[in-house]
Amino acid sequence: MNELFGFSTLDLSRFQFATTSIFHYFFVPFTVGFALIIAILQTLAYRSHDPKLENLTRFFGHLFFINFAVGVVTGIVQEFQFGMNWQGFSNFVGNIFGVPLALEVLMAFFLESTFLGLWWFGKDRLPAWASLASIWIVALGTTVSAFWIILANAWMQHPVGYAIKNGRAVMTDAWAIVTNPKALEWFAHLWSGGLTVAAFFVLAVSAYHLRRRHNVPTFRVSFQVALLTALIGSLGVIAAGHVQGQSAVRDQPMKYAAFSALWDTPTGAQMPESLVALPSNGAHTNRFEVTVPYVGSFLAFNNFSGKAKGLNDLQKEYVAKYGPGNYLPWVWPVYWAFRVMVGLGGLMLLVSAYYTWRWRRGQLDDPGRLYPLLLVMPLAPHLANFSGWVATEMGRQPWIVQGLLRTADAVSGLTPRTVLVSLAAFWVVYLTLIGLDVFLLTRTARAGMHEPEVETPSVPAPNYLPEGAAP
Amino acid sequence: MTADLPTVWFGLTALTFTIYFFLDGFDFGVGILQPFLARNEAQRRALIGTVGPFWAANEVWVILAASVIFAAFPLWYGALLTALYPLFALILLALIGRGVAFEYRSEVDHVRWRLFWDVTSFVTNLLPAFLWGVIMSNMVRGLPLGVGGRFQGHVLGAFDLFTVLGGLATLSLFVLHGATYLLLRLHRDGTLYLRARRAALLWGAAATVLVLAFVYVGFVRSGVFNSLGLSQWLFPAAAALNLGLVWLALTLRRDGLAFAATGLTVVFSTATIFLSLYPSVLPSTLGEAYTLTVRNSASEPYTLRLLSWVSLTFLPLIVGYQAWNYYVFRQRVQERDQAIPGGGSGD
Repeated sequence: MNELFGFSTLDLSRFQFATTSIFHYFFVPFTVGFALIIAILQTLAYRSHDPKLENLTRFFGHLFFINFAVGVVTGIVQEFQFGMNWQGFSNFVGNIFGVPLALEVLMAFFLESTFLGLWWFGKDRLPAWASLASIWIVALGTTVSAFWIILANAWMQHPVGYAIKNGRAVMTDAWAIVTNPKALEWFAHLWSGGLTVAAFFVLAVSAYHLRRRHNVPTFRVSFQVALLTALIGSLGVIAAGHVQGQSAVRDQPMKYAAFSALWDTPTGAQMPESLVALPSNGAHTNRFEVTVPYVGSFLAFNNFSGKAKGLNDLQKEYVAKYGPGNYLPWVWPVYWAFRVMVGLGGLMLLVSAYYTWRWRRGQLDDPGRLYPLLLVMPLAPHLANFSGWVATEMGRQPWIVQGLLRTADAVSGLTPRTVLVSLAAFWVVYLTLIGLDVFLLTRTARAGMHEPEVETPSVPAPNYLPEGAAP
Repeated sequence: MTADLPTVWFGLTALTFTIYFFLDGFDFGVGILQPFLARNEAQRRALIGTVGPFWAANEVWVILAASVIFAAFPLWYGALLTALYPLFALILLALIGRGVAFEYRSEVDHVRWRLFWDVTSFVTNLLPAFLWGVIMSNMVRGLPLGVGGRFQGHVLGAFDLFTVLGGLATLSLFVLHGATYLLLRLHRDGTLYLRARRAALLWGAAATVLVLAFVYVGFVRSGVFNSLGLSQWLFPAAAALNLGLVWLALTLRRDGLAFAATGLTVVFSTATIFLSLYPSVLPSTLGEAYTLTVRNSASEPYTLRLLSWVSLTFLPLIVGYQAWNYYVFRQRVQERDQAIPGGGSGD
């Protein structure tokens, strides 16, 4: 039995990988940006000795905690699935790919989980400086973690520092892998993206309470910190995205052509960019498209005459280079996911610029006419991340390691039924988690700050004996 | 045993699993014991409080164990996780449920909400505690692996007398370990402490019987637990002696000694598994030629050297700050006597 309901083990394993990664990625970038915002808030509280700011820190810390729990547990699945579903991949790249994963655990996971526990449970047991240091260490940990995982992913998209030995990739130059230019661009992109996820969430929560005139001076602080983070994050995402697009033209031209639904290499003096298109893999062309001249050249090369290769020419090149086969990704989802991502990035920049402008005019306390938009904006960066992953991961198919290993050769020899059963189980659990997470976040966020911040028995609260009591 | 790099990394893999079972073992134990020991909300809260600040960091050791196998022994990693796919999927689902149960239980002050998480917590602590034993004994017994470590068997093949006994052995050991951990963490005047003592005595007996049965079945079957010549008896015997020591310590009311003894039992049991594996990492039941060994499944020296340097730098640091974490929260946990606002008594 090689197929179940028309799905092969490969299809189902790919779907499972997408599920694990995308669900995990609803929580991870949130912690990256959020830890930083909380660390900044606590620094402000530490310097001003303002108990209200201290409360604000705990309030957002509680939201962070709710989210972090799910981030940790979905991360375990992420770690195990390479071996479970992708035995061929593990065998081929373990020498290289396993290393950044191990480094991520050693340098980041232990740090995050230990110091978050110390920060949250140890508030009354640690001196103020140690508590502050703990949350900064958590913030550092999330960033380091993002770096290593991006490094691993970037290697799959742009392998460097390796040699092929006995049919497997082995590491020859660790420094080349760590300084993979692709990894650095992507890290900038993803880290900025992480800032926007947390920033728009904190903005929405702060705006909600500002609108209701709850603790206005206090929520003004979080609004300002989040607004600056959102502005920096949106600018960073767009700038890094632009650089990434240009490196894709060089390193993954097929993916870039799919982003633009560019089937034929342009014949004119410049390259247009399509605004909307209906790409068809069957017809090897767009059934419909609206293009703007020169924009494509500018986006890909920063000039007005550059031309990237089209999908059809690349397919011919790849057949010549790698042998017969279909090297085209599935163009329409890649094309549209890419556009959704770019559009949302633009929207995030506009909204943060608008509120920065209001701030300059002294209208910060009033969320203004865009208030309803501000409340749904936390969805935008999530959706952008989702689309970004769809675009970049579907865009590199059929390769799991660009030019070296095809996805079809990487999959484990499981029966489709085994994968389908686990897939269904993961979906049930993940959907429940998302529902619980959103429910608890909304509930806690709306409850706001209390004096002192004990609104719920926030964590399994241990009741400790006073210091010095007999053990 | 020559101290070449792959062997060193095999040892480090064993060490990582040992630390994981030692640390998360008592988390599992506390989770499984909770419904039996706690009769009201204050007691439940106290039990959760004993592991609250620690469980997340304890659990990271299994992520490290997985990534160490991935980086140092890619063939082992792919073959093991694929062959026992359903068991690992269950463990992952359980670890998800357990972590969320820890954190979300007290987020909503409602009896049914907490009951839901208590049930979830019990089941999701029980499952991995059992399944890790099944997985470890499958590793020792060997799996039907073909060319390139491809699995040729069926999932039900993972269960037989030996592996089920292995699962029951880890389950009972972890419960016992959790009980002695509670003796260290609970205030001695509480009723919980007394119940934890009774549980430790009871589960000490159960663990002794099950571990001995597992070892006996392992010895009877050829090819299992016999890679080390004479010293094969050393570790199971030490584990059994330790279990005796637990009883002695409990009778003498030496909490620290009791916990050390259950911890050492976990250490010896894990060591037995890995020592009897060596120099294989995953024996194939289809033929010696397909057996994955430390040598034929290890990464290149370059990768292993790199890993060694990084681990040498970071492992001491990790152990240091985790120890500090335990030091910060060293006070014993007491049952809260005041009523929980809005919460039912749960009796």
